[in-house]
Amino acid sequence: MNPDYAGLAAGLLPEAALVAGALAVLGVDLAWLRRSAPARRLRTAASIGACAVLVAIGCSLRIGAVGEVFGGVLALDPLAVATRVGVLVLTLLVLGVSLGGRVARPPAEYVVVVLFATCGFLLMAAAQQLLVAFLALELASLSLYILAGFDASRPEAAEAAVKYFLFGAMAAAFLLFGFSLLYGLTGSIELAQISVALVHAPASPLLSAALVMVLVAFGFKVAAAPFHLWAPDAYQGAPAPSAALIASGSKLAGFVLFTRLLWPGLGALAGGFTWAGGGPGWIPIAAILCALSLLIGNFAALVQTDLRRLLAYSAIAHSGALLLGVIASGSSGPAPLFYYAATYGLATVGAFGVIAVIEPMAGGAKITDLAGLSRRSPFLAGCLLVYILSLAGVPPLAGFVGKFVVFAAALKMGGLAGPIGWLAVLAIALSAVALYYYLIVLKQALVAAPAPGASGRIRVPLATAFALAAAAALILLLGLFPSLLLGRF
Amino acid sequence: MSLLPWTFLLSLLGAGAALAAGRHSAAAARRVALGTVLASWAVVVAAAFRFTPAPRLQTLVDLAWIPALGVRFHLAVDGISLTLLMLTGIAATAGVLFSWNIEERTGEFFAFYLTLIAGVYGVFLSADAFLFFVFYELAIVPKYFLIAIWGSTNREYGAMKLVLYSFAGSALVLAGLLWAYAAGGGHGFGFEDLAAAAAGFTRGQQIGMFALVFFGFAVLAGLFPFHTWAPTGHVAAPTAASMLLAGVVMKLGAYGCLRVAMPLFPAGLDFWQPLVAWLAVIGIVYAGLVALVQDDCKFVIGYSSVSHMGFVMLGLAAANLRSVAGAVLQMFSHGVIAGLLFAVVGRMVYDRTHTRKLAELRLLPLARLLPFAAVVFVLAGLASMGLPGFSGFPAELSILIGAWQAAPLWAAVAALGVLVAAAFTLRVVVATFFGPATPGGEAAPLPAPLPPITWPERAGALLLLGATVVVGLKPDLLLNWIVPSLHSPLLQAALKGGTP
Amino acid sequence: MNGPPILSAIIFAPFAGALLLALVPRARPAAVRAVALAASLSTLALALACAGSFDRGAAGYQLVERHAWISSLNVHYYLGLDGLSLVLILLTGIVAPAGLAVSWSQARDPRLFSLLFLAAQGSALGVFLALDFFHWFLFWELSLVPTFFLIKLWGGAGASRAAYQFVIYTLAGSAFLLLGFAAIFAATGSLDFAALGRLGASGELSARLASLGGFWPEAVFLGVLAGFAVKVPLYPFHTWLPAAYAEAPTGVSMFLTGVMSKMGVYGFLRILWPLFPAALHAAAGPLLWLALGGVVFGAFAATRQDDLKRMVAYSSLNHVSYCLMALFAVVSPAGPSAPAATAALSGAILQMFNHGLSASALFLCIGVLESRAGGRRGLGDFGGVRSAAPIFAGLCGIAMFSSLGLPGLNGFVGEFLIFRGVFGLAPWAAAVGCLGLLGTALFLLTFWQRVFHGPRAGAAAGEFRDLAGPNFVVLGALVALMFLFGLLPGLLTGIYNPLVTAWVGGLPTP
Repeated sequence: MNPDYAGLAAGLLPEAALVAGALAVLGVDLAWLRRSAPARRLRTAASIGACAVLVAIGCSLRIGAVGEVFGGVLALDPLAVATRVGVLVLTLLVLGVSLGGRVARPPAEYVVVVLFATCGFLLMAAAQQLLVAFLALELASLSLYILAGFDASRPEAAEAAVKYFLFGAMAAAFLLFGFSLLYGLTGSIELAQISVALVHAPASPLLSAALVMVLVAFGFKVAAAPFHLWAPDAYQGAPAPSAALIASGSKLAGFVLFTRLLWPGLGALAGGFTWAGGGPGWIPIAAILCALSLLIGNFAALVQTDLRRLLAYSAIAHSGALLLGVIASGSSGPAPLFYYAATYGLATVGAFGVIAVIEPMAGGAKITDLAGLSRRSPFLAGCLLVYILSLAGVPPLAGFVGKFVVFAAALKMGGLAGPIGWLAVLAIALSAVALYYYLIVLKQALVAAPAPGASGRIRVPLATAFALAAAAALILLLGLFPSLLLGRF
Repeated sequence: MSLLPWTFLLSLLGAGAALAAGRHSAAAARRVALGTVLASWAVVVAAAFRFTPAPRLQTLVDLAWIPALGVRFHLAVDGISLTLLMLTGIAATAGVLFSWNIEERTGEFFAFYLTLIAGVYGVFLSADAFLFFVFYELAIVPKYFLIAIWGSTNREYGAMKLVLYSFAGSALVLAGLLWAYAAGGGHGFGFEDLAAAAAGFTRGQQIGMFALVFFGFAVLAGLFPFHTWAPTGHVAAPTAASMLLAGVVMKLGAYGCLRVAMPLFPAGLDFWQPLVAWLAVIGIVYAGLVALVQDDCKFVIGYSSVSHMGFVMLGLAAANLRSVAGAVLQMFSHGVIAGLLFAVVGRMVYDRTHTRKLAELRLLPLARLLPFAAVVFVLAGLASMGLPGFSGFPAELSILIGAWQAAPLWAAVAALGVLVAAAFTLRVVVATFFGPATPGGEAAPLPAPLPPITWPERAGALLLLGATVVVGLKPDLLLNWIVPSLHSPLLQAALKGGTP
Repeated sequence: MNGPPILSAIIFAPFAGALLLALVPRARPAAVRAVALAASLSTLALALACAGSFDRGAAGYQLVERHAWISSLNVHYYLGLDGLSLVLILLTGIVAPAGLAVSWSQARDPRLFSLLFLAAQGSALGVFLALDFFHWFLFWELSLVPTFFLIKLWGGAGASRAAYQFVIYTLAGSAFLLLGFAAIFAATGSLDFAALGRLGASGELSARLASLGGFWPEAVFLGVLAGFAVKVPLYPFHTWLPAAYAEAPTGVSMFLTGVMSKMGVYGFLRILWPLFPAALHAAAGPLLWLALGGVVFGAFAATRQDDLKRMVAYSSLNHVSYCLMALFAVVSPAGPSAPAATAALSGAILQMFNHGLSASALFLCIGVLESRAGGRRGLGDFGGVRSAAPIFAGLCGIAMFSSLGLPGLNGFVGEFLIFRGVFGLAPWAAAVGCLGLLGTALFLLTFWQRVFHGPRAGAAAGEFRDLAGPNFVVLGALVALMFLFGLLPGLLTGIYNPLVTAWVGGLPTP
């Protein structure tokens, strides 16, 4: 068999662009900017990084959905292409956000690690082979651990990073063990061949163990309950742009990767889920994770006073809803899941962007620090309104359409005769609960008067403003014209 | 007629323009807002002149929107929607006129207000369930800010309660609609598509779907016992918002029941009809009795809104031609009357006397200090009581006739509600304006004069009074639109299913 | 088919006057009085014109105006005049200006007072002329509004409570009335009194209502009955009456007793009886007892009163109950009784008219006494007024004797015919009714003796001006009319005789 290196090189152009960009950032910084102010270094680094990302987007779109690459190691199907473009856009926004708050130190390295993480995400999106998947996942995760702990001035950041790392490492171990079991049972690391083999595989405890392990790793990665414990601390401690990337790109890529693993890879093991019990498989477990995430995420968010922790718990709740999308992908395709995850990512990046801008002045990110935002910065207040309402699922924003398509897909799986439908109903009911805490945030921002010591105007740097506006515009655009995304699958 | 989509477009544009104008000055924002609502209303009036009643929805716009879901951007109008569009135009204009005195964050106020109006216009024009739902939810969030920022008593609590209840109701509706969509194979969200799919559902499925969708909408319509958000929310809201909330937004819920729940799931209506009717009549009487013992005059009006909406829900539940026509007429009538009542109590009285407690108002000779307000309030009270000559009477008469045809006992209890309404209305009118007993002898010397009634208030009051009197004396103006549209196949299915 | 809109003019002229007053700035009292009086007298003028052109041989509706109005409820704008309505229009045309004219000296803010009074007058006229439920009910309910404000704002110490009670009671009855008519429409698809009357006569209305099953057909009848029973009032629904009549200012009391109580009786005759002949026939026994209760209770309660106005209020109850007594006797089962029924019905209509005159005159007299006495109006507050104000005493005495039913005065004819008719239909009822006559005589003579005779005492002890100005003119006119209709009752009976004949002809032959 002739390895098609040319095809691989072509397919990996986006990653190459990112790596080249990372090297360029390092090089430029090392060569010319050693003695400049950190802000300037960050700006330069971010600009170069942004260029690299734009090039990567261009390459992705130009290559298009060619299908299998390098003998089935990667698959550039429409889902992969869309995910790659989505992740790149989110990264671009994160770079813009990083210019808005505290300057990361050292600045150029920060951008480099971001680019590496994105590289990992891109590979995750296209992986079709267990080892490549694991590799990509680890590349991304390690980069994210570093990003989480990037702020040396705050002990919370280090704590966040350590917690994230420990949980992550354990999950990676689970995943690897699960993968090895799968290899042992099916004799292949290619997802296509695994799925074929599993159709005829006898039910065995090893298979169940493999399933459980994969699911545990999945749950950890996307912060689904009960594997969510790292999320609140990580979201709270990490610097705002890092948290933004963890919440957005990592979720999008993670969900897509695991969806690919579960459907069609382990599709034969999906199992049924009816009130009478049904066949064994991973759907029942995923359903339980979904329910737990929805409940824990929403109810814990109700009592939060810190904005970042609130966003973390709401992220857990959204993961629950996205799990529903995963379960429904088997029958409705990946479009609902992708749409929801992508638009959720946009809203989260935006929200953390706003946090990044106001944090240096307020010293923290309590919800009450948002007081009077509409007077201090109408622009930020308006953007925050769009993000929060999208998270809450209020039309005509993209968050609503995302929820809608996911729930519709879930209900198509048997209506209210099966428990999946009831999960959708639970999610809908809990969205009313969620509105409460989202409105609390908006109440501070738009209703409450500014705190006595903090009533000055907030200046938003141009790049950050651009990024926030772009995120809001995209949310509105995708909400009004969902076919732009949904029609691609 | 194809101008009608401009109603919500103009409102959205106006919202943005008002926000921008608000940075310049409060007066500029007001003028932009007034211009917008007048323009939208003019569009409705123009459409009304060219409207020919027909037994079906007449399509205005029909574009593919989200093919993956089978959702179309489908706007259509029939007599029922036109009636409610007219109500929205009138109520919105009056609301802007009665908000003329808002000085703080005026641009934002009108931006939220006009967004709410846009959502309401959109709901009445939608012919696709997804689109309907989008506009319905679009109208929810501005309510929170209108109440929380510019409201009065207990505003943050009232705002949150109102919005959460509304959202919870719409969550139920979403669940029901999605279920129906999925069970029907997911072909489309247009009303006809869903109805065709629903025809194939089992009775059990229709019962469940009807329950979710109808009761979800009924929460917003203030059906007992889901009504508790209404008095709190309306009292907390600023005048213009109360006018709009009680006057128009509650009608969104009833409209949803009529347009979505009843035609799509007639077997469900059949099953739930007695319960809904009983809840409606209990609401009429119970809310009336509670209104009778309130000490805050705005609470009286808030509860009276729940009582009047009970009539609407009774009309829908009785599900025959006469009662549903009466229900739609009552939607219009109460929209105007509630606006008038809140305007007097909120804007004319409270903004001047800074009290709404009847015990305190009784001590002020308001009839002599504010004679215009007194006359308006008396007329509004009479209209609210259902006095013939105002729009409430033909509506309530039709509902009583229709309810009687369905089950005489419902009509009998509802008639009791008419009496209770008369009692509490009389009480609040007399206590607010005619408090001090004036023996037919000397007049006591007047206390310090209050600020006079401004021209926008007069204009708004005359507009609303005119609407209720014209429709009261010539209800055919609206009934000629409403009754033919009740003969459309979709609605006929609902009506047949309901009458015993 | 529609003739000149005289009837609409009758109804809307007072309203037009009220509107004019509303728009005229509160500048000149003389202009206010002129406009108000002109609007109020327009009724009398137009009514006399109608009486002139009235065809006294026909029993149906004349000067009919009928236009399509609300197609979806099958409602027409339908006005018509027959003998009964003409009599009542004439009554209103006399009593209303009278009440208005005597009020100006007492009322502050005469513009608002006149405005409300005219609105009340117009509403009453609308009730007497409307023949379709929609606008009939409109006027029925509308009449409450100005009356409420007239009592509350210009009334005595307990005016608020009296006004409330009056309105709530009547509205309660109206609620039942509304429900009843909703049911009737549901059964027949029509709200037109004439058409419904035909359905009632042929028995079809009760047949259609009977399809409801259960107790609902009876409930509909009772609902409509309740609406009118409260208005007349029929004992025991009368508890609102003494307070309302007593607390109201003089002119309003005159209007209440003269015109508004007749609206209730009109309702019985025009609506309840034609629509529900069988049900009324079945309920006639208990209803007759209730009417008699009103007769006897009203008269004897009057004797126990110390407040003069309450005394006359209870007496009103007594006199109006005679009308109902006549009606219920006519519909109760009895032998062939055409002459007796004719007499009873004829007497009832006459009594309506004559009582209107005499009771309003009595209230006027009490109003004069009250104003001379600085607001007091107890029986013991006066004495020997006859020597202080002889003209006044003379006129008042005539009014009293008219109320008593002295032959030669108008009150006699009506009462005589009623008793003659009732005696022929239900002799025992007539016997009990005579007790009412006894009670009336008792209290009126007591009134006469205590207030007018004896030594000058109380308010009459000091200065007590005799009648002058508008009071004199009005009272004099009323007294003149009492003589006129006492000596020439044919003037009235000629108007409604064919109608009564038609009614009696429609009675079921046992």
